[in-house]
Amino acid sequence: MTEAVFYVFAACTVVTASMCILSRSAMSAVLWLTATMLSLAAIYVLLGAEFVAAIQVLVYAGAVMVLFLFVVMLLNLGHATSDMRGPAAVATTIVIAGLLAIQLFALWRYSPDRLAAEVAQAPQLSDPATLFAAGQIAREEAVARGVVGAVAAPLFQVYLVPFEITSILLLAAIVGAVVLAKRRI
Amino acid sequence: MTGGMAPLLGPALGLSAILFSLGVAGVLLRRNAIVLFVCIELMLNAVNLTFVALAQLHGASGQVMVFFVMTVAAAEAAVGLAIILAIFRHKQSVDLQNINLLRG
Amino acid sequence: MIASQWVWLAVALPLAGFLVNGALALRRAPAKLAVSIVGPGVLLGAFAVSLGVFLGLLGQPPHEPHIVPLWPWMPAGALEVDLAFQVDQLSAVMLLMVTGVGSLIHLFSVGYMKEDPGYARYFAYLNLFVVCMLVLVLGSNFPVLFIGWEGVGLCSYLLIGFWFTDKANADAGLKAFIMNRIGDFGVLVAMVFLWRELGTLDFVQIAGRAPEMLEPGGTVVTLITLLIFLGCTGKSAQIPLYTWLPDAMAGPTPVSALIHAATMVTAGVYLVVRTNVLFAMAPLSSAVVAGIGAVTALFAATIALRQYDIKKVLAYSTVSQLGYMFLAVGSAAFAGGIFHLVTHAFFKALLFLGAGSVIHAMHHAYHATHSHQDAQDMRNMGGLRQHMPVTFWLMSIATLAIAGIPPLSGFFSKDEILASAFARGAEMPVFYLYYAFGVVAVLLTAFYMARLITMTFLGENRTGAEESRHLHEAPWIMTGPLLVLGVLSLIGGAINLPTFAGGHHALEERLEPVTAPGAAFARVELPHGATELLLVGGAILIGVVGLVLGYRATLARRIPTASEAPEDTGLARVLNRKYYVDEIYDAAIVRPLVWLSRVVLWKGVDQGVVDGAAVNGTAKLSRGLGWLGSRLQTGQVGVYVVLFLVGALWILRAVTR
Repeated sequence: MTEAVFYVFAACTVVTASMCILSRSAMSAVLWLTATMLSLAAIYVLLGAEFVAAIQVLVYAGAVMVLFLFVVMLLNLGHATSDMRGPAAVATTIVIAGLLAIQLFALWRYSPDRLAAEVAQAPQLSDPATLFAAGQIAREEAVARGVVGAVAAPLFQVYLVPFEITSILLLAAIVGAVVLAKRRI
Repeated sequence: MTGGMAPLLGPALGLSAILFSLGVAGVLLRRNAIVLFVCIELMLNAVNLTFVALAQLHGASGQVMVFFVMTVAAAEAAVGLAIILAIFRHKQSVDLQNINLLRG
Repeated sequence: MIASQWVWLAVALPLAGFLVNGALALRRAPAKLAVSIVGPGVLLGAFAVSLGVFLGLLGQPPHEPHIVPLWPWMPAGALEVDLAFQVDQLSAVMLLMVTGVGSLIHLFSVGYMKEDPGYARYFAYLNLFVVCMLVLVLGSNFPVLFIGWEGVGLCSYLLIGFWFTDKANADAGLKAFIMNRIGDFGVLVAMVFLWRELGTLDFVQIAGRAPEMLEPGGTVVTLITLLIFLGCTGKSAQIPLYTWLPDAMAGPTPVSALIHAATMVTAGVYLVVRTNVLFAMAPLSSAVVAGIGAVTALFAATIALRQYDIKKVLAYSTVSQLGYMFLAVGSAAFAGGIFHLVTHAFFKALLFLGAGSVIHAMHHAYHATHSHQDAQDMRNMGGLRQHMPVTFWLMSIATLAIAGIPPLSGFFSKDEILASAFARGAEMPVFYLYYAFGVVAVLLTAFYMARLITMTFLGENRTGAEESRHLHEAPWIMTGPLLVLGVLSLIGGAINLPTFAGGHHALEERLEPVTAPGAAFARVELPHGATELLLVGGAILIGVVGLVLGYRATLARRIPTASEAPEDTGLARVLNRKYYVDEIYDAAIVRPLVWLSRVVLWKGVDQGVVDGAAVNGTAKLSRGLGWLGSRLQTGQVGVYVVLFLVGALWILRAVTR
């Protein structure tokens, strides 16, 4: 059952992403991307990352995409004219993206068993339950402390320093964006 | 049963690969700077999906990673769009074909 | 042995003379008096030192040569070359000869060059020449000898082209230098071989090591000696490198006397005698040396038969007589070669200086009447006996000496050479042929010398009535040295009288320690008794016949003056044009070489390959690569992204392999 739902949303994601890259105008591209993000949020839920799904909707689709929309409307680009590159670029794209896809597609075949075997570098299959104990612990945590708590605990304990540094990063981004976008400094 | 641990690992990773490649294709195909950014965001989302898929096995670190990625993506989007705004004010166009001041 | 310590002074004095005269030459008004004192003065001082060294050696004849080291020059690992002088019997004899004859010629030059504006420069060069020649004969090892060898070549160039404003003179100087250099290549390569085979370049050590380390008659020693001889053909004007010597007559006549008769051209003979052990160990090379000497003697004598310039006759005569010297050393008669070297220095210098007096007088005569006739052409002379009796008698003495008439010096030396060649024939029959060449050359020598004397001094005067009033004898400063040389030509034979004349080969005995290493391999047994008297008598007869024939043949017909003389035809023309050897060299060697240099090496290699391909090509390549690189910098994000992704893909592939 879960799998069927997953595949539905996966198809949704792929379709919206394709429409995004093939859209004619910037506005439609942004909107299609928003749709992709929402589909992805659904998939996150299916993968057991409910909190991340919520944040995806709130922050990514809700704030970042809105920012994109503002900028698009600010630029006032006018009528949608196609801005695809020429056939040479299309050929190059097919080649490169194709190669990349083929290379990455090997990932489809991964199951926890195979991953465990590769990680443990053992010829026979290892038991992923013993190798990937952290996942099980996380699940228990999620049950015990709630979904949010399961993420917040490592965030504020193990990854506290990166968390604080991120705030400085955001400050720098704010200052940079303001300065760059001002008409007169 | 090992499959119960992370039932959708394979397909999720595959989907992530597809999305990443689509994002790369979009970056190569489009001339509009904003659409380029959108495709980059698509790539970042694909990576987020990978992290979440593997978080089932490796614990909450994966989801924490997604946080950071999202934060950085937001910051980058802000600054990048500001740059595009500044360029637009100069050139009245966001067509990347025309932005070649760094030509050597 | 104490006297030998001072041998460096004999070199230092002329060197000081060179510096002083050179400095004086740079002044606007050269101090003629100072130069006249310094120039010959240092030479006389050097002669005094040489005499002292020689007498010092006489006192106790050592069997070891006395080495006077001056300075460690090249201590380079296994190669230890010192700037050192070697005082032994051979170098003492050469020292005396060079400084003695040199002093006389310097004195002569004071009179001869008196009116020349380059007076000081002349004496500077002449002094420098003596320095180099002394370094050559005194050197105790090959490199020091080579310094002198090259130095005399340089001074020869400077002095031949002394009146360089006339291009022909400058060309003659250049020709001499270049041909010498071709020969010097042989000496250099021989030095390298000697170093490689024997590990030393010192003469004493070579004489010691060669018999043990080299195979007698083997290819190595033959090669080395042939290469040394190549240098000798260049320096001593033998076939094939002799053509510079007649052209060298473009220089002042005293220069011809000193350099191209008495000293520089004898350096080749000296070198062979110095390395006599090597030549004695290589009978093939000795045969080649003797052969070339004999052929050259004959060849040059034939050319001299039809030359009209008085100096050219003497030049070819010098080439011919040098051939005799090489015939001697090729027959293992090393002392005989040195004997002829010394006597030849006497009578040839006398002949040249006498010719100089004649030319001096002719110049004055033509100058007085503003005539443009050639002062050196014998057809313009004649009957000068009345005007220049002293010169006439002295040159006649020299002529008798060179023709080999007893009891003059030339008779004994030439006789010994012919006897040695004949004696060697017993071991190698080809030497009989060389002997025959030598005998024919005696006839020709006597003939052309008699022709010279007759045309110049006897018969009726062709200079012209007006000019003949201005002909006069040379001043005493010029005839004085002539007198001294005349006396030496008369009695010079005494230094090496053979047994039949009551002597005991004094010079040969003297030089025995020097020639001993070679004598161990090849001795020459001079014939005695009836054979000896037969050979001697035959030579005298031929000489007399030649003189008489020359005299009669020259006076048989009226000689026209140079300007109205018809062109020679037939054989005479070939002889006059010196068998067209210069033209042959020009066509066969010089022109192809010049073509090679210009077309292949200059235009082809230098301009095309080095400039074009290497230098400009590298630059073009760099530019091309740079251009190629610049094409990547389009400034367009799309291109950059593609490149970025290609790189990323590559890394991905590499990492996941």
